[in-house]
Amino acid sequence: MTALLEVRDLTVSIPSRFGEFTAVNQVSLEIDAGEIHGVVGESGAGKSTVGSAIIGLLESPARISKGSIRLQGDELTSLDETDYHRLRGDRISMIFQDPQTSLNPLLSIADQLIETIRQHRKLSEEDARRQAIELLAETGIDSAEQRMNDYPHQFSGGMRQRVVIALALCTDPELIIADEPTTALDVSVQKQILGLIRDLAAQRKVGFLLITHDIGVIAEITDRVTVLQHGKVVETGPTAAVLGSPQEPYTQALMAAVPRLDRRLSRFRNIVSVETRMEGENLWKIEGASASHASNWLLGGDKVARHAPVAVGRATERADNALLRVDDLDVTFGARRSWFSRTPGLKALSGVSLHLHRGEVLGVVGESGSGKSTLAKAIVGLAPTSGGSMQFNGSPLPDGRHRPRSHLVRRQIQMVFQDPYSSLNNRRTVEAILTEPLLFYKLASKGADTRRLVASVLELVEMPQRAMLKYPHQFSGGQRQRIAVARALMARPDFLICDEPTSALDVSIQAQILNLLKDLQSNFGLTILFISHNLAVVRQMADRVVVLRRGQVVESAVSETFFNAPQADYSQQLLRETPSLSLLGTPV
Amino acid sequence: MSSGIAAFILRRLVQSVFVMLAVSLIAFSLFRFVGDPVAQMVGQETSLEDQARIRESLGLNEPITTQFITFAGNLATGEFGYSYRTRQPISEMILDRLPATVELGIVSLIISLLVGIPAGIYTALHRGGFLANSILISTLIGVSIPTFVIGIFLIFVFGVQLGWLPTFGRGDVVALGWWKTNFLTLDGLRSLLLPAITLGVYQLTLTMRLVRSEMQDVMKSDFIKFATARGIDRRSIHFNHALRNTLVPVITIIGLQFGGIIAFSIVTESVFQWPGMGLLFLDSIRYVDIPVMSVYLVLIALMFVVINLLVDLLYVAIDPRVRSRSEAS
Repeated sequence: MTALLEVRDLTVSIPSRFGEFTAVNQVSLEIDAGEIHGVVGESGAGKSTVGSAIIGLLESPARISKGSIRLQGDELTSLDETDYHRLRGDRISMIFQDPQTSLNPLLSIADQLIETIRQHRKLSEEDARRQAIELLAETGIDSAEQRMNDYPHQFSGGMRQRVVIALALCTDPELIIADEPTTALDVSVQKQILGLIRDLAAQRKVGFLLITHDIGVIAEITDRVTVLQHGKVVETGPTAAVLGSPQEPYTQALMAAVPRLDRRLSRFRNIVSVETRMEGENLWKIEGASASHASNWLLGGDKVARHAPVAVGRATERADNALLRVDDLDVTFGARRSWFSRTPGLKALSGVSLHLHRGEVLGVVGESGSGKSTLAKAIVGLAPTSGGSMQFNGSPLPDGRHRPRSHLVRRQIQMVFQDPYSSLNNRRTVEAILTEPLLFYKLASKGADTRRLVASVLELVEMPQRAMLKYPHQFSGGQRQRIAVARALMARPDFLICDEPTSALDVSIQAQILNLLKDLQSNFGLTILFISHNLAVVRQMADRVVVLRRGQVVESAVSETFFNAPQADYSQQLLRETPSLSLLGTPV
Repeated sequence: MSSGIAAFILRRLVQSVFVMLAVSLIAFSLFRFVGDPVAQMVGQETSLEDQARIRESLGLNEPITTQFITFAGNLATGEFGYSYRTRQPISEMILDRLPATVELGIVSLIISLLVGIPAGIYTALHRGGFLANSILISTLIGVSIPTFVIGIFLIFVFGVQLGWLPTFGRGDVVALGWWKTNFLTLDGLRSLLLPAITLGVYQLTLTMRLVRSEMQDVMKSDFIKFATARGIDRRSIHFNHALRNTLVPVITIIGLQFGGIIAFSIVTESVFQWPGMGLLFLDSIRYVDIPVMSVYLVLIALMFVVINLLVDLLYVAIDPRVRSRSEAS
């Protein structure tokens, strides 16, 4: 029996000014009907390019330079554009990453479904409508008939992804390419969508090519998996075999870098062993600059406070003597009164209480909309509070509106943001970015000492000193995040807020950044509020965990207790829904 | 649904009232404080007693606030007063000129949309193609040349050299009540053509470039990729899916520009001696006819307000997200 899809030696080249770049290099894979085939790899591995090549939507100037793609024996690479376009939707369809953007906002669900169905089947409007309603019901949309005339913005993220799946399915294709179908969704919704894909594959005998960077998703539903690196296949085979006993060093390292929910590692293995550095990169040095210089400077400040006994273990469960105390905090957005109406506003946080001791890492977890980031903003002074109180270092901490720019806490609390691409000013050199906190908080004056300090802190976050001469766009995501951490350190903070610091990064880079944060934390006794939607990552970092849901604290517990025996129903549900990595062996 | 939209319109109307009050305050200051109204009205031989009598009868001795309230009240009820120059009621002068300008504006808007939108779509979809680049370059020339040069050029070619089209005036008009229209006679339509093209060239270029850049952005969006991946007909992708999303920002600019066309048709009207509001305004400036100028100011502001309201309503019609937002509030 021939496979549903057979890709042989697929090579995609992108001509550029500097010669041809091979994005996909001799990739071969097979998918049977009803099978879910995972393609996994880090950014730049060419996963999405494989998907685009199969559906014939490579963006110019990329082109297939070699190889064949056969769908049930029919060769696709030789089709012209018109024939290919007829095939799309009819035999191959696609699901995109972000359900917020993959539906046309101005057309109703009915318009989009009926148009797609009638494009490929000779059906009357009524028959198409009936079929569309059945499909929506099949993909799990309640009262599908009434919702048909709704517009995309009236659906939640998970529901929209169901509509997207219905759209991909409505012409009964043989193969569906799902490009990161659950990356933009919360774990609980992810679990449902993955279950839906699993069922559809089994019932309708549709083959799925599931492209993702998330090993958890691969482990959860794929039958077979292909691991890509730099456009080449590293390893391929049944999912259990590849994840459970990886043969290739890259796959082994990749598995080791995945944060585990069931186990806390003291450090991750570094898979990017040698970072490609430009020649002579390390030769450029400022005299006297070194990581230890930076360490001394960071520790040298308020010695007394630094060497205060760090509370550990169960003692931290009590709020007395905490560095930060938050009591009954309320944050309300959008409440306003006008002549015509009174908007009550959205309660982003209500009655949140938590505390952090010096040297402790508190993990804050929750789904999107749970108020995690709002909490960070309220503490750092970016969101005004509407009730409750905060205390820092024993004295009351006013909210953003009442906290003058000269307030000491403005320096003591620093923040690392999620997206390293937008959190650094692209028009300023790294030196200017890192010098600014020093000058603003009057920690140093302009001069040779300042430059030495900047170079030293870069060294401390494991960046070459020469980086200070460059601009942020010259760095990768991971390197930018290091610069962002360095910027936070320049203020000599007591307290660091990390808001999803690794969720925009690849697994291997995430492992590096987590290692860096762990090192900084243990060397300088930093207090960290670590916010993440990823429970496995939080497990690696946090001493204690606070679970937020709809702006309220659901559970607060010591990390080990929480992950082994969560108390609240919601926490149990969250842990259950996080993809299990039991296929993977015991981490090294 | 309708109650939400009604509230939305009501809110916008109340806002509009404030805008109009502010504008009429400016118009009032122009009328009252740029020169002495009485001195403007009377000849040199008028005695001081007569001047004082006029001043008293015009209410110019009243407190300033009372004067403004009277002024605004008169404007609101259509009492625009009299021109210094012609001694005619201003309302008559305006009504006489308004149709000419409105018809000119509408025709030039239609020309700019009929050419600009398809050209924008074409240049967006055939990026870098020979024809697309030629269109872009020629329209660049179009915006770079001042309006009056284009007008004179068109007059020279089509009016003088070829002798195909009339070069000035409205030609034959048909009166429908007080509204004199160009649309019903061949001569009227021919007269309309050159000034409308002249006035529309700039708008056309702007529309085209805006449609082009918006369309290019929309074509890169995920939902277009998804529609392509579902095998939706190219024509439907371009004209149903992409164009509709393109129009939302385009409508704003076109709306504002249409206000601009009517308000600033002055240059075109004077090149073609088109008897519209622009020419009236020009004459009023020449003779320091301040009452006409201040009424003109208020009317133009009113037009902008109305067009903005229409643009907002069009948004509601096109974009379901705006619809539900206006219902929610």
